Amino acid sequence: MLRVKPDATCRVTVTVNGAARSGRAGPRLLLCDFLRHELGLYGTRVGCEHGVCGACTVMVDGRAVRSCLTFAVQVDGAEIRTVEGLGDGGALSPLQEAFRRRHALQCGYCTAGVLISATRFLETNPRPTEAEVRDMLSGHICRCTGYHGMVRAILDVAGAEEGEEEERRR
Amino acid sequence: MKPAAFEYCRADTLDEALALLSEFGEDAAILAGGMSLGAMLNMRLVRPAAVIDINRIAGLDGAERAGAWLETGATCRQADALGSGEVAAAAPLLSLALPYVGHFQTRSRGTLGGSVAHADPSAEIPLCLATLGGEVVLASRSRRRRLPATEFFEGALTTRRAPDELITALRWPAAPAGAGCAFEEIAQRRGDFAIAAAAALAALAPDGTLRALRFGLGGVEERPLRVDTAGAIGAPADAGTAEALARAAAEAVAPIEDPRASRAYRRQLVRVLGARVLMRAFRAARAGG
Amino acid sequence: MAADRAPYVGAAFPRKEDGALLTGAARFIDDMSPLPGIRHVALLRAPHPHARIRAVETARAAAHPAVHGVLTGRQIAAAVRPIPSAVRVPIDYYPIAVDKVRYAGEPVALVAASDRYAAEDAAELIEVDYEPLPAVADLDAALAEGAAPLHEAVGSNLVHRRSFRYGDPETAFAEADHVVRLDWKFPRYASTPMETYGAIAHFERSPDRYTVWSNFQGPFILHALMCGALGTPGNRLRLITAPHSGGSFGIKQGLFPYMILLAAASRLLDAPLKWIEDRLEHLIGSSSASSRRDAIEAAFRADGTLTGLRFRNIVDVGAYIRAPEPASVYRMHSASNGCYRVPAISIDNRLVATNRVPIGLNRGYGGPQFYYALERAMDAAARALRLDPAEIRRRNFIRREEFPYRTPGGALYDSGDYAAGLDEALRLADYRALDARRARARSEGRLFGIGLAAAVEPSGSNMAYVTLAQTPEERARAGGRSGGLGSCTVSIDPSGAVTVRTVSTPAGQGHGTVAAQIVADALGLRPEDIDVITEMDTLTSAWSLASGNYANRFSSVVVGAIAESARRVADKIRLLAADTLEVAPEDVELVGGAARIVGVPEGALPFRRVAARAHWHPAGLPEGAGPGIFETTILSPPELGPPDERDRVAPAVTFGFVCDLAAIEIDPATGRIDIVKYVSVHDVGTILNASIVEGQIHGGFAHGLGGALMEEMVYDAEGNFQSGSFADYLCITAPEMPPLTVGHVTTRSPQGGLGAKGMGDGSSMLAPTAIANAAADALGREDIELPLTLDRVWGLAGARP
Repeated sequence: MLRVKPDATCRVTVTVNGAARSGRAGPRLLLCDFLRHELGLYGTRVGCEHGVCGACTVMVDGRAVRSCLTFAVQVDGAEIRTVEGLGDGGALSPLQEAFRRRHALQCGYCTAGVLISATRFLETNPRPTEAEVRDMLSGHICRCTGYHGMVRAILDVAGAEEGEEEERRR
Repeated sequence: MKPAAFEYCRADTLDEALALLSEFGEDAAILAGGMSLGAMLNMRLVRPAAVIDINRIAGLDGAERAGAWLETGATCRQADALGSGEVAAAAPLLSLALPYVGHFQTRSRGTLGGSVAHADPSAEIPLCLATLGGEVVLASRSRRRRLPATEFFEGALTTRRAPDELITALRWPAAPAGAGCAFEEIAQRRGDFAIAAAAALAALAPDGTLRALRFGLGGVEERPLRVDTAGAIGAPADAGTAEALARAAAEAVAPIEDPRASRAYRRQLVRVLGARVLMRAFRAARAGG
Repeated sequence: MAADRAPYVGAAFPRKEDGALLTGAARFIDDMSPLPGIRHVALLRAPHPHARIRAVETARAAAHPAVHGVLTGRQIAAAVRPIPSAVRVPIDYYPIAVDKVRYAGEPVALVAASDRYAAEDAAELIEVDYEPLPAVADLDAALAEGAAPLHEAVGSNLVHRRSFRYGDPETAFAEADHVVRLDWKFPRYASTPMETYGAIAHFERSPDRYTVWSNFQGPFILHALMCGALGTPGNRLRLITAPHSGGSFGIKQGLFPYMILLAAASRLLDAPLKWIEDRLEHLIGSSSASSRRDAIEAAFRADGTLTGLRFRNIVDVGAYIRAPEPASVYRMHSASNGCYRVPAISIDNRLVATNRVPIGLNRGYGGPQFYYALERAMDAAARALRLDPAEIRRRNFIRREEFPYRTPGGALYDSGDYAAGLDEALRLADYRALDARRARARSEGRLFGIGLAAAVEPSGSNMAYVTLAQTPEERARAGGRSGGLGSCTVSIDPSGAVTVRTVSTPAGQGHGTVAAQIVADALGLRPEDIDVITEMDTLTSAWSLASGNYANRFSSVVVGAIAESARRVADKIRLLAADTLEVAPEDVELVGGAARIVGVPEGALPFRRVAARAHWHPAGLPEGAGPGIFETTILSPPELGPPDERDRVAPAVTFGFVCDLAAIEIDPATGRIDIVKYVSVHDVGTILNASIVEGQIHGGFAHGLGGALMEEMVYDAEGNFQSGSFADYLCITAPEMPPLTVGHVTTRSPQGGLGAKGMGDGSSMLAPTAIANAAADALGREDIELPLTLDRVWGLAGARP
């Protein structure tokens, strides 16, 4: 059992984007605030703090979750992936590339969360239909794009992977 | 918009959780997926002295068949239930309803037990549990008990869980062989809490009449409604039966009214959705479940 | 520019902004910590829509160990002056409630603490003694006999009224064969950018100076108001915007009172202060578009010729007239003829105070409401006159050969071919097939409707149009007002690298990309080679009153300044290269990163080396070339003069065109609207970046559709706010978006040099109307009210018992 008094803090150690990181957190510190202000990973954005808009979505132990509805103390020992860890060094991931190509972002504030969700979504469903993509995106609010470019970008990546597989089969 | 201060207590075993609950009682909030609790904490709509995190208690997150029942643990994630073959086989109605629960990103962490404990009137999981005649398993330091879902839900966001009790599992009666299920809800947007939802399970006798029928409504009253279908047993599984049941239910309900929808509209949805869902369940049963 | 490569301008060039945004490297205001010692602010907000503040007790909050200081409205009011608007009425608007709260969510006290968590804890310890007053919840309540006035000194909730007359509307209506009248209501909604307001304010002494970092979008005319409120000269209020802004759509204009509040508080508490608005604060207390309850009458001859329009506008401005309001009521004023050749127009504007959050800029800014009147009336008229809705518009459109066209209200429409735009929309929609489909559906008893709407899209505002709220006499007393300045600086540093400063404070519109495309074409470089700074710093930027990001001003005004600065830099580079190459400057072209003799690749000079010479060897420059390369252009379109004595004014520089067509089917059992087809055709002039234009069109459509179907800031009869979270305020999400067919017609604008027009509002102005027209057509009734929620549509379909 772990008990942390209201005014106390404890050390939270996580693996973020493959690197061990640790910081201090009181019981009520939201995971999004911990990532941003304690670990300096500002790429995760905060949009509503009540779990609706999806901007703060990060991967915890491989799952896309709302970091505003998760407390930092809960994730001690967890594996976390944020938008900063999606690319490979300086290179964008295929999904990031597709977002750029398809103009899937304008202000870019919701983008980190959408990228994390879509990355995880394509792991669970590599060949989604457009309706499935839109259903997954219903967990995000974007006010700039009308979602058009995002849907296209995600389908692009799914299609591209399909193409590669076909090539391998040949 | 930050939560008020609380003590964080992470229970590693069920006994620890129950001990903490007995220590804090009404001043504790139980944290499972946190999809509702997190938002209420952030808005300071609740300000518990302690938050008891049950996510690391081993063995609470499963979904297993136990005889005529499917038992799902308190921290069984909605996403895992959605992907579970056990759930699909024993509680196909729940599998049909789960895609309507929140979103991809909330189902990944949200739990079946948490949704039942929260008892939102329009929530899908409580509706399925009540419709199917399921049970809620509760434990405290001093006792274990099982409550039928229809008794467990008292009203909007209120249940018969005592302050020192924890929901440890949900019990779902396994669907009869060949049963057909259907679920549908109407919401302004995908993933919103339903304005109204309907759930049905039907099983047919060899002559095509109804052998078993379960029919439930969510979002209409302050708790999920299980409609009495005794009169329909032996009736033909056809549109006439479906419409009569839905019409009777629409007349009998006392719908809530909120900024999203009027009483009259909810009554209308009971009629329309009810008939649609019943017919789909009948068809599914005819097709062999 | 050389012709051996297609120009970057016009291409769907991928955005320069995206790399940083996609990797999390981009910095927004909440990521910034520009100086040490920052304290975090929480605001205590009023739970009542209307109440007198008897006392505010702050001792317990101040005693909280993490608290740096607590301030009440009275303390702030003692340090700042009220913020004026163009309407001359005795309303004292402070950025915080002083003696009275006038909307639920109005700030009443401020706490600064070591972190936001503690600040919120302490805010809960403040005790406010309220005397609740009857709330004026909506327009009807505000104008009712005996209604309590929000502002006692005004004496009534009618805070402004002006009537206007252009041409001879009385005769037009007297001689009309048909008069169509439509009474209409329009709800409040808002574009709720994903990033909320944020500001960091710092007051320092010797000399006394305020610096405010924020995601404010402008207009920077509000800098003057902020200086007035703080009692400081302009050079002592430095505003700096964050490198990125997470959307705005006009809403972030409403940040400025908070900037005053934080600046004053920083002075009083002697610490730099940071405040990040949270989502609940944003929904209840930022701003919204106006709700209105108006009437329109349209006079027609028997052949469908529109001869007169009469507007009676009643506008709910909320608790205060917050500058630049009442601009939303006057933005479309001089274009009240819409796309039509109507010679006679009368307009009566009434502004009404209610216990609601003050209105402000929101995408379309007055356009959605204006077109809801005019374009719903056009469809209603078509039905009344038994004309096709497309045909009645075609008959009245301003014709291609009539441009530039001076409207009765004084607007100068630059260019257009409205009939071609309409025809393209009908073609893309396959209008005949839709018509047949409607006939078939109706024969089967189904509810199928088609709605049209057409709009001009004014862009690049004249800062003076808001003074239409004043009488010509008041305007004369206040002195002349006109113009809409745009500015840009293009410079080359001693390494030969190019930097562009646009001062255009974008919030996702890709200004940096478009600026780089323009400058790359002018200098024979690649957009990747050019860095663009879009932020404002009022102490170091070349800026003026109109600077900022609103009214589609980037592509209508700012690009002209960019092109001009780039041209001057190119001229200078050519002059320097010509000197080395020993030819005339006209014989030099800039291409592929080099300056060369036109058409002669041999002997080309690297661009960087030519440019660097202006820094490294000023004594060796040819005649006519000064040292350094730093070209600033400030321009104000000459058309934007002051309003004349008959209240005519050119309100904007370019006038794009939009034509939307919606076909819907309604499920009478559930009220669900299925959008079968939605077509949107745009004339944006020359397209500067095809993918950015496409993105803006889709985004504008989403906002319009949200307003049409589900988005509303709901207040109950007691003035309590009902849409206070994202579970209650229903932003449109991906599954609700139907396929959108986009089309273009292009008439080059003679303004600004590049031929582009502003285009950001787009279908945000028309989708509410096109959908409502389709619903009216499907349901056979004109009393359509937005948003068309499930329950409401079911009721309109006649199913309600």
